[in-house]
Amino acid sequence: MPRISVTVDGVTYEDDVEPRLLLVYYLRERLGLTGTNVGCDTSNCGACTVLFNGRSAKSCTILAAQADGAEVTTIQGLARNGEWHPLQKAFNAEHGLQCGYCTPGMIMASVDLLEHNDDPTDEEVRHGLEGNLCRCTGYQNIVKAVRAAAGEVREGATS
Amino acid sequence: MIPAAFDYTRVGSVDEAVQALGQHGEDAKVLAGGHSLIPLLRLRLAFPSVLVDVGRVDEMRGVRDDGDHLVIGAATTHDEVMHDDLVRQHCPVISDVVSQVGDPQVRHRGTFGGGIAHGDPAGDLPALALALDATFVIAGSGGRRDVAASDFFVDYLQTVLGAEDVLVEIKVPKLGSDWGHNYQKFNRVAQAWAIVGSLALVRRSDGSIDEARIGLTHMGSVPLRASATEQALAGASTDVIADACDQAAEGTSPPEDLNARADYRQHLARVLTRRAVEHALGG
Repeated sequence: MPRISVTVDGVTYEDDVEPRLLLVYYLRERLGLTGTNVGCDTSNCGACTVLFNGRSAKSCTILAAQADGAEVTTIQGLARNGEWHPLQKAFNAEHGLQCGYCTPGMIMASVDLLEHNDDPTDEEVRHGLEGNLCRCTGYQNIVKAVRAAAGEVREGATS
Repeated sequence: MIPAAFDYTRVGSVDEAVQALGQHGEDAKVLAGGHSLIPLLRLRLAFPSVLVDVGRVDEMRGVRDDGDHLVIGAATTHDEVMHDDLVRQHCPVISDVVSQVGDPQVRHRGTFGGGIAHGDPAGDLPALALALDATFVIAGSGGRRDVAASDFFVDYLQTVLGAEDVLVEIKVPKLGSDWGHNYQKFNRVAQAWAIVGSLALVRRSDGSIDEARIGLTHMGSVPLRASATEQALAGASTDVIADACDQAAEGTSPPEDLNARADYRQHLARVLTRRAVEHALGG
């Protein structure tokens, strides 16, 4: 069984993992980090999105064995000193969710998006989130939330 | 959905990969980004007993300049390829097509060589490689060999890659600024596979077309070139575009599925090829 060392939300874990174990199940069932959801399980919906070495990735399509040496950030590692990330605040303020199931993945994909474009247009947000599905079709407020958060991120960078 | 059990080994070099594949034979599969393979494993459509992980083999990553060609490491991610300065400068069509593969998360993990070695005729990269006349460098137990894209794709999800072979890198010709390009990908939702795609590469000169290369996605069990259209466009004036593109589906036997019947795919190939050629010419 491969032995992995993986840093998740700032904590380093060492574990023996079955080769077929998918990263999302490692996070949820081994580490108890159930903030990351399993949606479609077919690499489509993006509910399981985490940051993998800093880039958004679908944790249902990565083997835990491939994560050896990697740094993973989940929705549960975004807040700093008890304060929500600007995207978490904005999804709350703009009501960027209905049932909330897609939200962790939407936010993690948006973190990556804003890191590479801190002032996206509506179209750029929609294009940038095309790997994430909201079955409530609450996209309008999701786009508003991401753009609102972009403003806060920019202000944070200049202040 | 949980994949059936398999063993996993990570290798540090192409030689180690070939050796590992040699040990396990037909039952082994190469794993790079896993974005074609892991979905198949989860659906239990593939049952390898061993995965040989080449995702960290340095010599299979990155893009380098090789005179009149670029050489793209097979394990370079889509995202790295589409943002690569050499690719953008010398072969911008690659950046453009790769930007339409999957979605951002898929492009962060999936690899350029993986998308080709998987051999899915609905994928965007096989038709791209075919239209570019790319050359694939394959390592096997007998050493390395070059295979032309036109000889690489054998049948649906089948390529010339044998059980002990690893696709190491892809050589693509640099294209001068007289080449225009456009990829028309027709699908129902943003991240879906192409129902049909048409890639046009067109070399222009003073109101006429010197050379056209048309790659078709999902028009058969392998990627295809629209040869009749290419011949009709070569050396012709732009007046012939509509007639030439009416021949884009000639000789094809496209698959039928829930999205499209064969005759509808042929219709799409004609329409999309015309649009692609017009856009490639700057129209």
